[in-house]
Amino acid sequence: MFGRIWQFVIKEFIQVWRDPRARFSLIVPPIIQVIIFGYAANFDVHNVPTAILDLDHSMESRELIARFAASGYFRVDDVLASRARIGQLIDRGRVALAIQILPGFAEDMRKRDDASVQVILDGTDSNTALIALGYVNQIAQQYQQDYRRDYLNRIAPLAARSAPQVMLEQRPWYNNNLEDRLFFVPGTLGSVMMVMVMTLTAFAIVREREIGTLEQIMVTPIRPLEFIVGKTIPYLIIALFELAVISVVGVLWFEVPMRGSALILVAGSLLFICGVLGVGLLISTVSNTQQQAMVVSFFFIQPAITLSGFGFPISSMPAALQWLTYLDPLRYYLVVLRGTFLKGIGMDRLWPQFAGMAAFAVVTLAVAAARFRKTLE
Amino acid sequence: MNSTPLDRDGAGAGEVSVAVQDLVKRFGAFTAVDHVTFSTRKGEVFGFLGPNGSGKSTTIRILCGLLRPTSGRAVVAGFDVASDPESVRRRIGYMSQKFSLYNDLTVLENLRFYGGLYGVTGARLSQRINWALRMAGLHGREDSRTATLSGGWKQRLALGCAVLHRPPIVFLDEPTSGVDPLSRRQFWELIQQMAEEGVTVFVSTHYMDEAEYCNRLALLMRGRLIALGAPSELKLGAVQGDLMLLETDSLQRAIEAVRKLPQVRDAAVFGNALHLVVAGAADANQPIRAALAAARAHVLRLEVIRPSLEDAFVALTASAAAAEPIR
Repeated sequence: MFGRIWQFVIKEFIQVWRDPRARFSLIVPPIIQVIIFGYAANFDVHNVPTAILDLDHSMESRELIARFAASGYFRVDDVLASRARIGQLIDRGRVALAIQILPGFAEDMRKRDDASVQVILDGTDSNTALIALGYVNQIAQQYQQDYRRDYLNRIAPLAARSAPQVMLEQRPWYNNNLEDRLFFVPGTLGSVMMVMVMTLTAFAIVREREIGTLEQIMVTPIRPLEFIVGKTIPYLIIALFELAVISVVGVLWFEVPMRGSALILVAGSLLFICGVLGVGLLISTVSNTQQQAMVVSFFFIQPAITLSGFGFPISSMPAALQWLTYLDPLRYYLVVLRGTFLKGIGMDRLWPQFAGMAAFAVVTLAVAAARFRKTLE
Repeated sequence: MNSTPLDRDGAGAGEVSVAVQDLVKRFGAFTAVDHVTFSTRKGEVFGFLGPNGSGKSTTIRILCGLLRPTSGRAVVAGFDVASDPESVRRRIGYMSQKFSLYNDLTVLENLRFYGGLYGVTGARLSQRINWALRMAGLHGREDSRTATLSGGWKQRLALGCAVLHRPPIVFLDEPTSGVDPLSRRQFWELIQQMAEEGVTVFVSTHYMDEAEYCNRLALLMRGRLIALGAPSELKLGAVQGDLMLLETDSLQRAIEAVRKLPQVRDAAVFGNALHLVVAGAADANQPIRAALAAARAHVLRLEVIRPSLEDAFVALTASAAAAEPIR
């Protein structure tokens, strides 16, 4: 039994090693993906192109505008003279935000009436708009507070000092500077592993079907389980190699901390890989050509990444979709990855994730083994 | 229908290695194998002859346990292929039309891989690999990538891989497709050698010259077995009456003239001559010459010949097509 499995392992490794494209695709694209995500995947907004329409021309309005320009969040590209330009600029995508200060702004402030500033946003990119709006709010609030403090200082210095304020002290744990790459690099590791393992496994079997060797193997005394084990062990080893490569790039290049135990990381990865191998095997049982396998794997990969919490928080999804995420192995694995890299938590916290991945692996591998018969039908 | 295959087709004395009874295989509404019954002896070269789509490959795949029969029974090396395919697989070698080798592996790696799958190990494996290299003429090319081999070498290597475990029964599904004539001849010498060593060789082909090498032939058409027997038997049995060869300076005028004669049952062009089927050559000779003279076609040659396998094949398929159902 082990002899036959061993034959397969040797053969798969020779084939992968001899194929220059396979060798390339095992090393270069994963590293490129991690680097792209490490640098490009960023929720934060900086230098939002902004247009200003100041119809008040007061000291106050200029002060407010200066604060926007100095914040770093906005880049004031255009100072406008008329309202009509705002629509043109936003339509063309020249600016994403326009701030309009109406005549009488300074006067309202001085009279201690509410003074209004209008903010026009390009809502097509709702995420950027929302975050930019938050910064607009923050700057306007700060301006108002400073203005009031100056005013109070002038008319009643004692009262100004005793006016109570709520001070917010931010202490983000695990990621002190709230850097998005610390969130994305472990996530990318998970998604790269999933895509690689699933497609490699599915393609490796479907390719044998295409060239006819699968038929030849089926007439040998090999057992279906031996075939499955022999065919998947090489990709399991390759996936562990990927894990090591991407982890090293993440830790050394992107300064992702490794606070937890490497043993837990490897154990969790093994469970995850087994589940994904099962999916790859299932894909190979329903595909006759590599093209079909490609299409079918995309049906799985896209929703699996969307529902995993890779980019979008699961807690904001509708209840039905939240339930669906429990069928997604990447969901559990991402918790394990972020838990071990960033939080340094152990099995006492992570065991539910391990249970989820184990259940997924058992079910997919069992179904794949049951579906894989040594017949052509 | 209830008689055993042995009674029916007269495989005769000797150990039966493959016995097929009333085998049916349907894919949806299409019947690929339609109530086929035959059996083969140990050490026999058994040929499967028939046009594309006649059910040759499907039958072989059923016998290898790759497809499940819809009904009927097939026993290979004493085991039922439907209920115990694993026992069958240990005792057979199979080579498909595609020569299922790994092109990115070397000759030696292919042999080791298939040997390992069949559980051939250690000294026995190296001895069998040696044998296969010698048989395929690949000594000295052990480390060549299989992709670089030409068709004939690939074919012999595929055969070597399929019989590393010394199976008593070998199934070869159109093993010579796409191979040059010299390699085909060498390959058939290998088949004959294996048969002499007691291996039952089951081979499908659509080459008539190859069919002549078989001990017995099963002729398949549209999933049905329309004839079964030694090539000589088929040739004699297929043509009712005598077969005459006619060479003339005008095929067109000659064929029109002889077809009108009551003595001539059939006339067909074979190369640059005509083959005529007549009830009796003695009675037909004079009327044919007279008719040809009247049609101003000169007779260059007119004589009785032995039917070739191709004549038999044409006659058998024609009568099977005309008289459905043949059984």
